[in-house]
Amino acid sequence: MTDTVERLKERFGELEPSEFRGQTRIAVPRDLVFEVLSTLHADFGFDMLVDITCVDYLNFRDATDRFGMVYALAGTESGERLIVRTFLNEPDLHVPSVVPLWEGANWLEREVFDMFGIEFDGHPDLRRILMPEEFTAFPLRKDYPLQGRGERHNFPTITRGSA
Amino acid sequence: MAHGTLGDERLAASDPAAGVRDEDYLWTLNFGPQHPATHTTLRLLLKLDGERVVDAVPDIGYLHSGFEKIGEKLDFNQYVTVTDRMNYISPMANNVAWHHAVEKLLGIEITPRCVYVRTIIAELARISDHLLSNGAVGLDVGAFTFFLYAFYQREVIYDIFETLCGARFTNSYTRTGGVMHDMTPMVIEKIRNFVRTFPKTLDDMERLLNRNRIFVDRTKGVGVLTKEEAINRSCTGPVARASGVTRDVRKDDPYLAYADLDFKVCCATEGDCFARYLVRMAEMRESLRLVEQAVENLPSGPVDVGMDERIALPTKEQVYNSIEGTIAHFELVMSNRGFETPEEEIYAAIEAPNGELGFYLVGDGSAVAYRARCRPPSYIHFAVFPHLIRGHTLSDVVAVLGSLNIIAAELDR
Repeated sequence: MTDTVERLKERFGELEPSEFRGQTRIAVPRDLVFEVLSTLHADFGFDMLVDITCVDYLNFRDATDRFGMVYALAGTESGERLIVRTFLNEPDLHVPSVVPLWEGANWLEREVFDMFGIEFDGHPDLRRILMPEEFTAFPLRKDYPLQGRGERHNFPTITRGSA
Repeated sequence: MAHGTLGDERLAASDPAAGVRDEDYLWTLNFGPQHPATHTTLRLLLKLDGERVVDAVPDIGYLHSGFEKIGEKLDFNQYVTVTDRMNYISPMANNVAWHHAVEKLLGIEITPRCVYVRTIIAELARISDHLLSNGAVGLDVGAFTFFLYAFYQREVIYDIFETLCGARFTNSYTRTGGVMHDMTPMVIEKIRNFVRTFPKTLDDMERLLNRNRIFVDRTKGVGVLTKEEAINRSCTGPVARASGVTRDVRKDDPYLAYADLDFKVCCATEGDCFARYLVRMAEMRESLRLVEQAVENLPSGPVDVGMDERIALPTKEQVYNSIEGTIAHFELVMSNRGFETPEEEIYAAIEAPNGELGFYLVGDGSAVAYRARCRPPSYIHFAVFPHLIRGHTLSDVVAVLGSLNIIAAELDR
């Protein structure tokens, strides 16, 4: 395990580090995720948020949690990379927003909200970004069919006169 | 994405911190979704005070086609055709990025020849992307000749790709564990020819714009992004490097053959549209050096991984003349077979022309990804746009938009 993980464990205790093909990941309980990320941001030099995404483990073998949030971080000085994961279950799909730490999280969190319905507490502007506002489902969830549920027919049609 | 609303109420609510007041004299302009300078389908709601942009609200999603959902249905080799359609001005780079991630998940070591072939095509893709991106900036601010020079050279690169794999635009060239066809001597001859002739055009292009009064006035000091903001807003690629972020995945986390080849990371410190233009021009020269080194040092040997790996399709000769070849072919093409993936997840990124293009892949044992997340640089750069344009004039919108190189197909996926 890397030095970063050791230091993080000293500080927070209950973290589950793992490694796959040279990539270090830590699993963090949801209540600690903001604290861990802000520590990584402020004290560990992870000043860049590379990506935020989510995985729906509905049909995944041996999965115990429904959703896994993934934060990919990088340090611009050290060149180090780290993936922080946290798990969420229905009905409580809330996670603290990291926009106060990284401005770049704004649209990434909006996309996760749009596609998975995860609510980011404290996000300044949490609304759908890729799907139309009238859309009610969350298309990247595993219980949403590939070909849709026929929502398209309910979308309002704009004519030249009404636009 | 909003349907049929002008979005005034959202404009007012968009950024209270920026001090936007709903004064009567401010008016709203819909920029796009169909506008010559957006080049693709995206929409901006601009709040104007005369000619000055007080605020901008991007409205995206017009080209959303569910690429990540499709990625959970198509297998690793089929999905490469979808990656072509993400950043369609440099599809080869997307192909390389996708299979880089897939091979990292599967733990495959590709052959030395394949490493070099992929490096060559990725760098050619970078040149063609930067040519279009800079050419479009030139076109949008009125330098039409420059655009024609750039497009002529793109045509030459298309010819190379056509000779290589039969397709000009949507190449789908890579395969898991290899590539579609090996490079023929004819392709290498064409690449050598391009390496010989391209620097002259690049000189001409630089002479056309680098000291062109109109172009410099339109781009210098416009859309300034500081280094801290670039890092905080997750910018990568030429956009970040023009702001002084010395980050390049090719150097920091070398993949393919980049550790063996000699090249520089091109940076600027100003962070304006002109700096982004200069960084792209300089990167084309470095890419050309990379292509030249890679072509001259192209290793011999097979381009696909061996038959025992059960990953790449065996050659026709192997299939028809040996039982092992027949079995390997059968195992790969039958829909209930295919290759096995670990039940693991991986994030793998390459330095695409536009920035860090990464894929977050989750494997569930089958040859189809359980989750195929794409980290699209255009999406992250477009989020920066309102910040860059505030306080500039309406005519600067096209300069900033062009210099960020927003490709809507990658933006919306």
